[in-house]
Amino acid sequence: MPQRTVAVGSRSGLHARPASLLVQAAARQPVTVTIARQGHAPVDARSLLSVLALGAGPGEPVVLAAEGDGADAAIAELAALVAEEHDRPADETAGAAGAAGSGE
Amino acid sequence: MPAVLQGVGTGGGTVFGPVARMAPAPVPPAPRTVPAAEAPAEAARVRAALKGVAEALDQRAAATTGPAAEVLSAQVMMVADPALADRAEALVRDGADGPRALTAAFGEFRAALGAAGGLFAERVADLDDLRDRAVARLLGLPMPGLPEPGHPYVLVAADLAPADTALLDPAQVVALVTEQGGPTSHTAILARSLGVPAVVGCVGAGALTDGQPVLVNGTDGTVEADPAPEAVAAAAAREERHRRRAAGLTGPGRTADGHPVKLLVNLGAPHELQAAAAADSEGVGLFRTEFLFLDRTEAPSVAEQTDAYARVFAAFAGRRVIVRTLDAGADKPLPFATAADEQNPALGVRGLRTASRDPGLLDDQLLALARAAGDSTAEVWVMAPMVSLPGEAADFAERVRAHGLPRAGAMVEVPAAALRADGLARACDFLSIGTNDLSQYAFAADRTLASLAGLLDPWQPALLDLVHLTATAGARHDRPVGVCGEAAADPALALVLTGLGVTSLSAAPAAVPDVRAALAAHPLADCRALAELARTAPDAAAARARVRERLADRD
Repeated sequence: MPQRTVAVGSRSGLHARPASLLVQAAARQPVTVTIARQGHAPVDARSLLSVLALGAGPGEPVVLAAEGDGADAAIAELAALVAEEHDRPADETAGAAGAAGSGE
Repeated sequence: MPAVLQGVGTGGGTVFGPVARMAPAPVPPAPRTVPAAEAPAEAARVRAALKGVAEALDQRAAATTGPAAEVLSAQVMMVADPALADRAEALVRDGADGPRALTAAFGEFRAALGAAGGLFAERVADLDDLRDRAVARLLGLPMPGLPEPGHPYVLVAADLAPADTALLDPAQVVALVTEQGGPTSHTAILARSLGVPAVVGCVGAGALTDGQPVLVNGTDGTVEADPAPEAVAAAAAREERHRRRAAGLTGPGRTADGHPVKLLVNLGAPHELQAAAAADSEGVGLFRTEFLFLDRTEAPSVAEQTDAYARVFAAFAGRRVIVRTLDAGADKPLPFATAADEQNPALGVRGLRTASRDPGLLDDQLLALARAAGDSTAEVWVMAPMVSLPGEAADFAERVRAHGLPRAGAMVEVPAAALRADGLARACDFLSIGTNDLSQYAFAADRTLASLAGLLDPWQPALLDLVHLTATAGARHDRPVGVCGEAAADPALALVLTGLGVTSLSAAPAAVPDVRAALAAHPLADCRALAELARTAPDAAAARARVRERLADRD
């Protein structure tokens, strides 16, 4: 089965935006693509909850796999997405944290 | 139910509007075993509930923009997740009823995210919210979460958590009323930042019903149900008078006889920067730097910190920015700065104490601040949180100056620091009183406990004594003494603080115009008389009542 190992490129890992983008792209593919942390069971890349539950941190290698017509292209597209930095600059991603902070 | 409910007001004036309640989480009925023959129908209902929640959230996302829309879209993707529906259906086919199957399916993903830790674990609250929505939908119960009556409303809830308020629309919510919570609770802080009145700790608010008209007085802390038209009209006229008075005033804070009181704003997150900088103020009285450090497994680099500080200093070019160094610990634990094994985190290694255990953290921050300040015309002052001893203030001041930063200060949050404010004032360049923590430590009352809200009332005469001691010591050594807790946002209390000798007040930007107007209407001698009235009162309620009465005489 075609598969490819790629390191997570986003600063916060496969979380929030990076995970959403991956899941949306996976849903557009003609084949089912799975994603796994090395040595763990693969999960459906179209499931945001499953992808988040991997807990894949920044720089961590993950394995993408698929079978059937278009598998190679699908894996290539998703691998590129995983490897890219999708987090925004710190000032925007950190936004909500301070708002909930205490008064002093 | 009495017509007028009493709670703790957080300021913001008086507003009239219809109640919209935030429904509590659904309580599922007793579990039952679903026979195999019924399972397909039950599974279909479960799928329909998930789909319904997804569609409702999707509609809201479409009507929203910015970060809120992104939060909603992510929630839609979670609740519409095929793996979730498949798991719930499998549980139904094993005999679980719908609500139990949903709860268990969400629970499995919840456990996995929790185990992943860090940012992943923060999604747990989203899952709980989505689970409650899906279960409510399945059972036909009112949807938990923020109401959407389609018109401006007074939000009534048992209590509000940060997650509830992230999506709150300031154009729709005209006032907040909660049964729980104290003057320093999240609700109170949120209300001040929105500039809307709030009454917290309001016993009996649970009996208010959707659509019921109420008059919410954030100054007196009252909620009047079904008020007489004359009362509504009188309140509106009073508000209009205040608004006109506040609108006509700009510039530095002064009492009626010209005694200067610096009016500053609190700043805690980058998204607040624009509004904070646009506010008519003399600068920032409390720049909280935790946002850079939260949600991290390790501290941000000097370069990243320098960038973030430079952005704030640029927005406040030519004005003062008082930076508080990292205040980790207690309610803001950080994995790299907070020990996990403390029995009493509020009394543990937090604030400046973190720096004695990990000096590199503070030095990096001071280095970044010095670099950012060097390229800016902002007047950068730096202060340490949780200072207990004059010696700590002296050590901190030495480290600040070693980095070439001109002004070092100590926060007064620990009663010992207030009692020895003389020594503190001698050891550094300025003092800043954090009334929220000073209350917590002076009254041995956890500031997150709603049941202790009365002790945490900023009108407590014993707290005012500690402010007075600190301000007097500051004056003796010619050191500015500011107040940056929630107390500074209450116009009447601002007069008292000024009378006690405080030289600057820092509050949420929305609170500043009312404080400016209150100062402009009273000479310093009046402020001193009000301070004496409050400080010699037997308790907080009497202190507040005495001052309000005196002010009403002149209104």
